Amino acid sequence: MRIVKVVSLLAVLLAIASLTIAAEGQVLLNAAGATFPYPIYSKWFDIYHQSHSNVQINYQSIGSGGGIRQLLDKTVDFGASDGPMSDDQLKQATVPILHFPTVLGAAIPSYNVSGVQGDLNFTPEALAGIFLGKVTKWNDPAIASVNVGVKLPSDDIVVVHRSDGSGTSYIWTDYLSKVSSEWQQKVGKGTSVNWPVGLGGKGNEGVSALIQQTPGSLGYVELIYAIQNHLPYGKVKNSSGAFVKADLASVSAAAAAFSKFMPDDFRVSITNPEGNKDAYPISSFTWLLIPSKFTDTAKRDVVKDFLKWMMTDGQQYTEALSYAKLPKEVVSKEMKAIAQIQ
Amino acid sequence: MATTPNAATPADLPANPPSSLRRWMGADEIAHVVTLIAAATLLLIAVLLVYQLWVLSGEARSKFGWTFFLTKTWDPVAGDFGALPFIYGTLVTSLVSLLIAVPLGVGGAIFLAELAPPKLSSSLTFVSDLLAAVPSVIYGLLGVFLLVPLMRTTFQPALKKTLGFLPLFQGPAYGIGFLTAGMVLAVMVVPFVLSVSREVLLAVPRDQREAALALGATKWESTWRVVVPAARIGIFGSVFLALARALGETMAVTMVIGNNPKISASLFSPGYSIAAVLANEFSEATGNLYLSALIELGLVLFLLTFVLNGLARLLIVVTTKRGSGVLPT
Repeated sequence: MRIVKVVSLLAVLLAIASLTIAAEGQVLLNAAGATFPYPIYSKWFDIYHQSHSNVQINYQSIGSGGGIRQLLDKTVDFGASDGPMSDDQLKQATVPILHFPTVLGAAIPSYNVSGVQGDLNFTPEALAGIFLGKVTKWNDPAIASVNVGVKLPSDDIVVVHRSDGSGTSYIWTDYLSKVSSEWQQKVGKGTSVNWPVGLGGKGNEGVSALIQQTPGSLGYVELIYAIQNHLPYGKVKNSSGAFVKADLASVSAAAAAFSKFMPDDFRVSITNPEGNKDAYPISSFTWLLIPSKFTDTAKRDVVKDFLKWMMTDGQQYTEALSYAKLPKEVVSKEMKAIAQIQ
Repeated sequence: MATTPNAATPADLPANPPSSLRRWMGADEIAHVVTLIAAATLLLIAVLLVYQLWVLSGEARSKFGWTFFLTKTWDPVAGDFGALPFIYGTLVTSLVSLLIAVPLGVGGAIFLAELAPPKLSSSLTFVSDLLAAVPSVIYGLLGVFLLVPLMRTTFQPALKKTLGFLPLFQGPAYGIGFLTAGMVLAVMVVPFVLSVSREVLLAVPRDQREAALALGATKWESTWRVVVPAARIGIFGSVFLALARALGETMAVTMVIGNNPKISASLFSPGYSIAAVLANEFSEATGNLYLSALIELGLVLFLLTFVLNGLARLLIVVTTKRGSGVLPT
């Protein structure tokens, strides 16, 4: 009996030893950040792991703010955010942080107006007026003049916004700041702002629940959530004067319109793009935040290889999950930027 | 393990270590140390919690000082933060919930403990305990999908018609707001009031009931004038437990309160509570001042709970003194 015990103990020890030896070639990366791109990131990390079994990437979708904080505290290897890091935040980093756009997101106006079927048209002035609390009735000329033939009621508009800090709010307020100087002065842009009017719903699901239940309501919802849940939503007038309904193509078009002006650090807001009549004006990149220096060379090589894979092979998985693809010009610029990681 | 009587003699001690150990450190001492550690750990956790909140909120405290409690603005973009609307919302929703939950819970407890047949009493208590175990997000969802439409189409118009002259029941009926949040909270805290109150009512000695009945009191008189006053402290305790739960509730409140940091006399209007704003904004708070202000809100909630608990204890002391030895007539 004793011999059996000793042998089995030895076998267990041997198994543990062999495991640790096998683990030596393993690269474990920790990342944290935005919740909006989480479905595509987890898909990417999973598929990448299938072809690179020694690489394991853990991603915690704790929110952009948390991702940036953890990156600055160095508790993760890289971060992810729906809004670019501010100059102040970049200064706090011990090594320069690089931004890599991954996919695109958009915010759409969703509404519940009695007697209205089909898509309503919204001008930037009308949206800013409604969210500032100045346009208060559905039959206000600001809305009625671009919806000729639609019988709009005289109901009060109930504004619905996100109550939780979110990248979708960032896109929405960034757009309103660009189209309305009054909005920019009074409210500004951010993941959470001091909303002049309205009710707050938690998450896309909270906002859409409020819209569905409240007659006369208007709110904004993430495009993917709206597509997957078949929410009705309106068209928005872009800077070329065309009313565009958000979809994957019109969001990619907005990014393409900006690719000529893309700064080298990729920190760019693509709301209200100029010179492309197909572009949907309320969209944005979401970014991976990668330190430009890794002390662990194995981690560095994996991160660089993953980024390359993501820009090329990885792109085929985006549209199945309703994410708008990066335009080619942006991808080729990013491929060059990967060399900055040392 | 059976000890022999001679184990007590000093000569045997080294030869018999287990029993000497028992002698040296009896069950009393062990129990003393273990329970002391448990109590000290609790205290340590509370102290660490306050210490961390205090340290991490340093930036906001030094910038805003006492005005943090009096400012109505909450503007993350401009970096201007005040806690007043959140304190107001937390207090109002908790108060509304207690106004509904205490009569329901105490009334139910009196029925279950004193009047109901034992079988019905135990099964109803079981149901009430089940309610306490339902996750708060479920209450929030039920609030959003059942209570909110009902409030908007039925309750709020009815209240406006009958009590609309009061500022409490004016303004547009969105369905969400202070009143709805208070009602959802009430459903959540009723089981606490009911369970604890029932236990303390049952713990009142039989002699007291029998004495009252023997003196010619009716069943209700004995319950209301003898049993309930005797159980008063325990009932207060159940109310404070409910209040603590209501103050700190996050998920269910944020789903139905409207999440708008405004102070309004109307219970129909949307508001905000401390716990709700923490849950909503913490994960995306980027700036240091913003984060620090949110942490200070956590400190405020801790302080609020502390003060209310202190007041509650004071209330118990005062009422107990006044009532001691003399039954209310």
